[in-house]
Amino acid sequence: MKIEKIVQLLDAKILCGHHRIHDEISKAFSSDLMSDVLTLDADNILLVSGLANVQLIRTAEVADIHYLVIVRNKKVTKDIIELATKLNIVLIESPFSMFKASGILFANGLDPLF
Amino acid sequence: MIELKFRIEGGDFDRAGTASSETKKVLKQLNIDPKVVKRMVVALYEAEVNVAAHAWRGEVTVSVKDHQILAVVKDEGPGIADIGRAMLEGFSTASPKVREMGFGAGMGLPNMKKNADELKVESTPDVGTTVTMIFDF
Ligand SMILES: Nc1ncnc2c1ncn2[C@@H]1O[C@H](COP(=O)(O)OP(=O)(O)OP(=O)(O)O)[C@@H](O)[C@H]1O
Ligand SMILES: [Mg+2]
Repeated sequence: MKIEKIVQLLDAKILCGHHRIHDEISKAFSSDLMSDVLTLDADNILLVSGLANVQLIRTAEVADIHYLVIVRNKKVTKDIIELATKLNIVLIESPFSMFKASGILFANGLDPLF
Repeated sequence: MIELKFRIEGGDFDRAGTASSETKKVLKQLNIDPKVVKRMVVALYEAEVNVAAHAWRGEVTVSVKDHQILAVVKDEGPGIADIGRAMLEGFSTASPKVREMGFGAGMGLPNMKKNADELKVESTPDVGTTVTMIFDF
């Protein structure tokens, strides 16, 4: 699924990484638990999270995750966006709940990581 | 041989992860297998976050020599009274503040063990903890 499609399905806004909207991903994972994300055995996935902090970006960086959706209309601060920009991470903000966002992506054919 | 050194302050979650981030850049430039880089950087990040979450201050030393990366994360802090218990999945004494940030599931040390080729945890209560990890490539 293309990033631009994800943005459209989730009524979302791209905060940084606009140049990568044509990138394609096939798997996603939803979690608020960074401890869990760090045990994942995959890169090039979409991570859906309700956390909006610097550690989300750091965790994505070390886990080789380049696409992040922050749900529930969390306020994403400037330093978070700056760090994501520096690391070439696509940061997307959606007003939907984690359940709704994940459900929509799943129903539209995005596969779970497991 | 290359040696990198970083400082970590307890409680400083804005900077926790910078050592892993800088190390990742250097390892990539050295053309080390990306799978090894990922294992190494994930384990180092877990160790770094543990200093920020559980200790007062610490120092990270990463040395790379032919076919081996050595990471030593040494902190001053409360130490770990029962290392065997701390190594169990799910054991955590993390504060509510740490949990709010998405950590404190008690998965860090088991994840370091999974990712490192060798892991050694040494600790003295009320003095500090030293985590030593070796990665072969
Ligand atoms: N550097 C340290 N200093 C003092 N105690 C530590 C240190 N590292 C780990 N511990 C103790 O060991 C426990 C388990 O650590 P571990 O990294 O496995 O889990 P966690 O940090 O609590 O949660 P997670 O890593 O999933 O975010 C900690 O909760 C803490 O009690
Ligand atoms: Mg930990």
